[in-house]
Amino acid sequence: MSDTHTAAVMAADGTPLKARLARAMFRRKLDAFLLVLPLLVFLMVFFLAPIAWFLSKGFHDDLFATEMPNTTAALADWDGSTEPTEAQYAALVTDLIATRKTKTIGKVATRVNREHSGARSLFTSSARKAAKLDAPFKEALIKTKKAWGDIAVWQGMKAASRTYTIGYYANALDRRQLADGSIVAQPEQRQIHVKLLIRTLEISLQVTLYCLLLGYPIAYLLATLPNRTSNLLMILVLLPFWTSILVRTTAWIAMLQSQGVLNDLFVFFGVTADEARFSLIYNKLGTLIAMTHILLPFMVLPLYSVMKGIPPSYVRAAKSLGATNWTAFWRVYAPQTVPGIGAGAILVFIVAIGYYITPALVGGQDGQMISNFIDFHMRRSLNWNLAAALGTVLLVVVLTLYWIYDRVVGIDNMKLG
Amino acid sequence: MSGLPPYAGFGERLWYYTFRVICGLIFLFLITPILIVIPLSFNVEPYFSFTPGMLSFKSEAFSTRWYLDILQNGMANPDATTGWWADAWSNSQWVRSMKNSFYIGILSTLISTALGTLAAVGLSRSEMPFKNAIMATLISPMIVPLVITAAGAFYAFSQFNLAYTYSGLILAHAVLGIPFVIITVTATLVGFDQSLVRAAQSMGASPITTFFKVQMPLILPGVISGALFAFITSFDEVVVVIQMAAAEQRTIPRQMFSGIREQISPTILAVATVLVIISIALLATLELLRRRSERLRGLSAS
Repeated sequence: MSDTHTAAVMAADGTPLKARLARAMFRRKLDAFLLVLPLLVFLMVFFLAPIAWFLSKGFHDDLFATEMPNTTAALADWDGSTEPTEAQYAALVTDLIATRKTKTIGKVATRVNREHSGARSLFTSSARKAAKLDAPFKEALIKTKKAWGDIAVWQGMKAASRTYTIGYYANALDRRQLADGSIVAQPEQRQIHVKLLIRTLEISLQVTLYCLLLGYPIAYLLATLPNRTSNLLMILVLLPFWTSILVRTTAWIAMLQSQGVLNDLFVFFGVTADEARFSLIYNKLGTLIAMTHILLPFMVLPLYSVMKGIPPSYVRAAKSLGATNWTAFWRVYAPQTVPGIGAGAILVFIVAIGYYITPALVGGQDGQMISNFIDFHMRRSLNWNLAAALGTVLLVVVLTLYWIYDRVVGIDNMKLG
Repeated sequence: MSGLPPYAGFGERLWYYTFRVICGLIFLFLITPILIVIPLSFNVEPYFSFTPGMLSFKSEAFSTRWYLDILQNGMANPDATTGWWADAWSNSQWVRSMKNSFYIGILSTLISTALGTLAAVGLSRSEMPFKNAIMATLISPMIVPLVITAAGAFYAFSQFNLAYTYSGLILAHAVLGIPFVIITVTATLVGFDQSLVRAAQSMGASPITTFFKVQMPLILPGVISGALFAFITSFDEVVVVIQMAAAEQRTIPRQMFSGIREQISPTILAVATVLVIISIALLATLELLRRRSERLRGLSAS
């Protein structure tokens, strides 16, 4: 074996051919990579980094620590259960005066209010009087508002003063972090997020199931009809796919509302009385119907492309061997469509779970999904930290499914239209 | 399986026709809502349903008032005789959102098509390293829920004064269009014969000449359909716009969204009809491109 080492093949200029080849391959790899690089940088700057930055707010919140530096320092070595000291009160008064001057007291008050409800008015009203207070500050503050003597307020501040906190994640999963760092379940009436997540999964699962039930027959029909006919029928699948989601949602409002087309038909045929029209929309049912319609093409297209590749001779062979129609379909044809079912189902589920527009417009109260809550916290309650924590939960679910999709189907096999 | 064999029994016949009826009903479910908006948009009454007059085809039950309203809504002086079109062009809310939609859509499409095509060419080379991981990254804007994309973009862009600007919207929409360009162009490149590139280079063409003179003309149908996908994605997108656009940057879907939420009127249906017609035109263009591409690759008989 040692001969091969001594007699390495040389290139024309005397360097080993192996090294030359490796260098050439490296150059080609680099060339290919350089073509992709601009796009990768673009996505990194305008997509990946922004999302990562935003989601980091789920565990990073330095508002209280920056605005109330003295209090934060005084709270750092407080154990959370003993009586607050005069030094703590003094630091608080200094910070209250400062935040009132910089007009950030509102933000600070809102932040503490998330940990201890009722703290907002306590902070804003006391900040107004803080400049006139004299030492000892403990008695003076408690004299302006009794609540300052309540240790729960201090525990709330202690929780708010943590720059890195798992409090928002705890909240996103219906738990609460106490001042001593332990995590407990929220009171019954405030447990909304887990229920919401379960409802989101439930709606997505139902939509996926309905899409499969409706998509499988027509994909089969499209795959088995002669090309000319199936191309024409394909338009009926592709036209909805290409039509704006807003248009389709509007159309379903026109179809389903109590004075809408379907209810008019029901009244006309005597299915229901004029005064007892069905409420088909602005509830979970409306969300289910509209989302199934919108996502159906995502199921039909992958199913169709898989079914198109199944040779009809297999079913014929099964029948010639004595299988009934049902057996031939169930034992021979259906197993071959499983990759299509997998691709379609995962795709529909991924799109459904992050759906926002349709539930927002036709979902009413019980048709809202987790995306609607994230949007609510982004634009209405302005609790971006909680939005980030909820977003992380949603993203983890979606990325897990994406990973499964890649395993099962392969991203390269994704097709459009 | 198509067509019924002559020896089919009664049960088989029954199932054959039942199956066709079921499929017919599903197709009806798919297409009815889209077609129903067209007649409803000609309603003379401000309702979302068919009036008795419409059902008996009386001509006075129909009108084009909602189409006129698309132009008039927001106009300074809708009754003026001179300068009516100029007024509509510069003041009408819907016309303004139409202009915004096209402006944002076209610019974001240019960015995602240019960067996406370049990347797809690199990805289709056999020596591309980390192909799967890179592909997964490039497709991810399609997978990540829009609410998260919108929140991330809004949060990060607002630190650099890009929120509530056209540039911010264009960049965010360009990101969303990229997966579609990548998917369509890489699919076209699968059928591309790489030896043509080597042939061009062996005859002394520079990589740039090779790309524009040899590769580009052959993959052009794929690039155009990718661009159309990217454009329709931006044209349709509303979640990012809701989060990031100021009032004067509203696009058509954004305007429809608040229209449905606040004052629902058949004007929405008229706009919906216009959009359905636009999507029919796009679908037809795509179909023509697909046929041309198949012809070029010799996949089907000319």
